[in-house]
Amino acid sequence: MAEEMRIVLRNYGKIDPLKIDDYISLGGYNALKKACATDKTALIDDIKKSNLRGRGGAGFNCGMKWSFAAMAQADQKYVVCNADEGEPGTYKDRLIMENDPQTLLEGMAICAYAIGATKGYIYCRGEYPQVVKILNTAIAQAKEKGVLGDFDIEVRMGAGAYVCGEETALIESLEGNRGEPRYKPPYPPAQGLWQKPTIVNNVETFAAIPVIVEKGGEWFASIGAPSYPGTKVLTLTGDINNRTFFEVPTNTTIREVIYKLGGGIPSGKKFKAVQIGGTSGAFIPESQLDTPIAFDAMTAIDAALGSGAVFVLDETRDLVDVTTQIAKFFEHESCGKCAPCREGTMRMFDLMEKINDGEGSAQDVALLNKLGRVMSYSCLCGLGQAAPAPVLSTIKHFPADYNAKFA
Amino acid sequence: MDYKNIIAKFADVPGGMIEAFHAIQDEFSYLPEEAIIEAAKVFGVPAADAYGVATFYSYFSVKSRGKNIIRICESAPCHIAGADEVVAALERELGITMGNSTADGRFALEFAQCVGQCQATPVITVNSKPYFDVTPAKVVEIIAEYK
Ligand SMILES: Cc1cc2nc3c(=O)[nH]c(=O)nc-3n(C[C@H](O)[C@H](O)[C@H](O)COP(=O)(O)O)c2cc1C
Ligand code: FES
Repeated sequence: MAEEMRIVLRNYGKIDPLKIDDYISLGGYNALKKACATDKTALIDDIKKSNLRGRGGAGFNCGMKWSFAAMAQADQKYVVCNADEGEPGTYKDRLIMENDPQTLLEGMAICAYAIGATKGYIYCRGEYPQVVKILNTAIAQAKEKGVLGDFDIEVRMGAGAYVCGEETALIESLEGNRGEPRYKPPYPPAQGLWQKPTIVNNVETFAAIPVIVEKGGEWFASIGAPSYPGTKVLTLTGDINNRTFFEVPTNTTIREVIYKLGGGIPSGKKFKAVQIGGTSGAFIPESQLDTPIAFDAMTAIDAALGSGAVFVLDETRDLVDVTTQIAKFFEHESCGKCAPCREGTMRMFDLMEKINDGEGSAQDVALLNKLGRVMSYSCLCGLGQAAPAPVLSTIKHFPADYNAKFA
Repeated sequence: MDYKNIIAKFADVPGGMIEAFHAIQDEFSYLPEEAIIEAAKVFGVPAADAYGVATFYSYFSVKSRGKNIIRICESAPCHIAGADEVVAALERELGITMGNSTADGRFALEFAQCVGQCQATPVITVNSKPYFDVTPAKVVEIIAEYK
């Protein structure tokens, strides 16, 4: 294995992203035509059969989600693309949007047909103004060609808040409010944007849709790990020779990603740890590198595939220092709505700083462990629930690094 | 352009306050208090809510700041690639510390989290334009572009 396989990045480098004709000449918008000639229930069934699960981190079954919104009765429904891409170390959605914006529009239009929506939004992070321009050009071209039918898509720009990647916070932000997560249920497919049934999917999820419609659910389901089939775009950062991106089948192991595709650690240094899924992911030790990147395999080792960011650290790195920096991130990004996260991320950063400054003790580590466990089940949204993962996993797998810092 | 005209353009956009704030900042580089109060009126919400939105997002500033906004990514991949040295170089070169603006109103220095250009760490942005694999030596050249 350890071969690249390009599904969502299939047109990367093959087309001019600003020319819709390039996309169409490679079969673009055939899937939408095929979808619109299919019965909606049959279409959603095929997406279910593909077993495509969300690429934004939560891994929810895409066809299942669509079926909830399709069943809901409402005068208006919405399709929202989550292009907030806030997870540090991740730039896969940018790659898709910069290189093949039409595939995202086509995926969204297929969803719109399936659930009966006429209005879509792309919520693009504020850090990507150049992507917003590309998307607007792509939308204008698609409208001119008439390929989207009566489906209208608007791009909205975020303003630098990590929590707005959480789907209900994103919806609040689209409504022009502070981006604070909502209490769930109700979930967006029942009551989302302006209380109407809403599908929120990640860019990479939508980008897989046209290919699935074209080649069939069964084809997709046969690729990679059966419980989380297809491919995943990974972005490699840190101490790795090939600091770049790869799209691989989901049964590829972490070791293959680092040593085969990534080309290993620079300057002949040894591996220390890898954090997968972005800043909210767990740090993984050498002994677990043979784990496939697939969602459930990662969950089984108390880690997460998340956004697909792969952050490698070599033996010379100060893991406690890096984890402290990460704790600072969460303290800054906590939206403050719920107390366990607002207070917890602050205490967690305080304690990590204390230890990192050489003033900590084993008691502080015990306290961190307890605090982290409480946060992981008491915080309102995934931000606070996942924030302790880097701390808890480094304490578990690399206790010596903490001991070495004690006063 | 006058902030009132800017806000008026977004009056009919559902949830358009954030879009309006972006447009105001493009013009003024921060959100003046009068503009926030005007936005509250136009979008029919209490001034406290508009202020709540303005202060929630890290891209918006309710304090006046330098025209060219330099942001340094301090997320973990940039951190281990030497973001600290870039911060030191920027502070030295501009004679200000992080979170402040130069007296001539030309530059503002801010921390940012990952800006999604992690293939070339450390990364800084100037007015959202990214610069890659930044070193203390490159900092001098980059600043010169905006002087
Ligand atoms: C704190 C937080 C940040 C998130 N950030 C993102 C993000 O940047 N992009 C994304 O697609 N999903 C993000 N998610 C997941 C979304 O809530 C949601 O599950 C996803 O957009 C659903 O799309 P999918 O099923 O296609 O993955 C985030 C979740 C949390 C809790
Ligand atoms: S981590 Fe700095 S740009 Fe992504």
